[in-house]
Amino acid sequence: MVVTITLNGKKVEALVKPDTLLIVFVRDHGCYSVKRGCETSNCGLCTVFVDDKPVLSCSMLVARVNGCKVDTLEGLQKEAEEFGAFIADQGAEQCGFCNPGMIMNAIALFRENPDPSDEEIKEYLAGNLCRCSGYEGQMRGIKAFLEYKKNGGSR
Amino acid sequence: MLEIKEYVKAESLEQAFELNQKRTNQIIGGMLWMKMGDHRIQTAIDLSGLDLDTIEEDETQFSIGCMTSLRQLELHEGLNRWSDGAVRESVRHIVGVQFRNLATVGGSLFGRFGFSDVLTCFLAMDAYVELYHNGILALADFVNLPRDNDVLIRLIVKKTPGKCAYLSQRNTKTDFPVLTCAACLDEKGTRVAVGARPQKAMLLTVSAEQTEEIRKNGADAAAKIAEELAEQIPTQDNMRASAAYRTHLANVLIRRALLTVTEEVQ
Repeated sequence: MVVTITLNGKKVEALVKPDTLLIVFVRDHGCYSVKRGCETSNCGLCTVFVDDKPVLSCSMLVARVNGCKVDTLEGLQKEAEEFGAFIADQGAEQCGFCNPGMIMNAIALFRENPDPSDEEIKEYLAGNLCRCSGYEGQMRGIKAFLEYKKNGGSR
Repeated sequence: MLEIKEYVKAESLEQAFELNQKRTNQIIGGMLWMKMGDHRIQTAIDLSGLDLDTIEEDETQFSIGCMTSLRQLELHEGLNRWSDGAVRESVRHIVGVQFRNLATVGGSLFGRFGFSDVLTCFLAMDAYVELYHNGILALADFVNLPRDNDVLIRLIVKKTPGKCAYLSQRNTKTDFPVLTCAACLDEKGTRVAVGARPQKAMLLTVSAEQTEEIRKNGADAAAKIAEELAEQIPTQDNMRASAAYRTHLANVLIRRALLTVTEEVQ
């Protein structure tokens, strides 16, 4: 079947099998930030936005997103770079494998709730697993970024 | 592994129902649980084009389309105000936001999964399912029917005045629950649903007289009734917990839920 998807702002038309998952499609189109992790819908590494909502691309048929807007980290460069610098500052990355998914979901959180409490941050990011860090570094990075935003974008 | 030969985005419920009569065809819902098993599907039937992804509220009920996501349940102000936050509490521990943006109400209810927080929560309420072929059934009846090839169109939750509470126990955050418990109080008494036993949720009732006794005598009466109810609930062992632990949890969660739904009207 043929699908037409607006991937990171560009219209893409492709022939896909009915059981092709969205993660396969976006990686086939060069979006390597989208990682294969657990593939059991638990780890959040494969997070992408479909019509601006964060979803697990490992668990969604590309056929279902026919006609939709799909964004990966590659499409959010400026927004992601700005926040990613705060994560790096805290040394929160370590192996870095979970980072693209975590950044995507954190951006979804900031868009939905620009001033979240610690509990709201933890709850929103509960579906992003990290095997290295214990999450403390990410939490510090997120809070530092939110503080920076509160101050109008200056450190 | 999930293999799908054909994909059809249904253009009508009639088309979806007809396609679903063939044993090798399947409605895919959110597809999250289905993807975990080995399935060969001839035609995957997608209901996402039928505008069944909304929650409509009027003076008497909520009408929740089968393709409504668990995240929509979590964020719906009217539903959560009416349920005293029970609906939000029932879904907020399920994996993560990305997962809940995909998982659907219809998928969770139609599967009648033992682990379903959603089923436990709505089973305690005055709730009904609308099926394409079989019409409107009480959720309490639907839960005990064998799985067939009907199409679940929507969930209807009546705004019966009362109080609701939802509690669950998990070994770790975002995991499947070890036990789930919902309680809804109305003028007839209190409906208590217990799920993840690990079998599917079951419904028990506390009479109006017993509910009144809890109001009058508080914790002691709630403990006695919770113990009686917990003894009626069959539990089993699995990798998450033993039957004995689940029975103990049932006792504790039912007691707490009964106290929660009765405390504000004491």
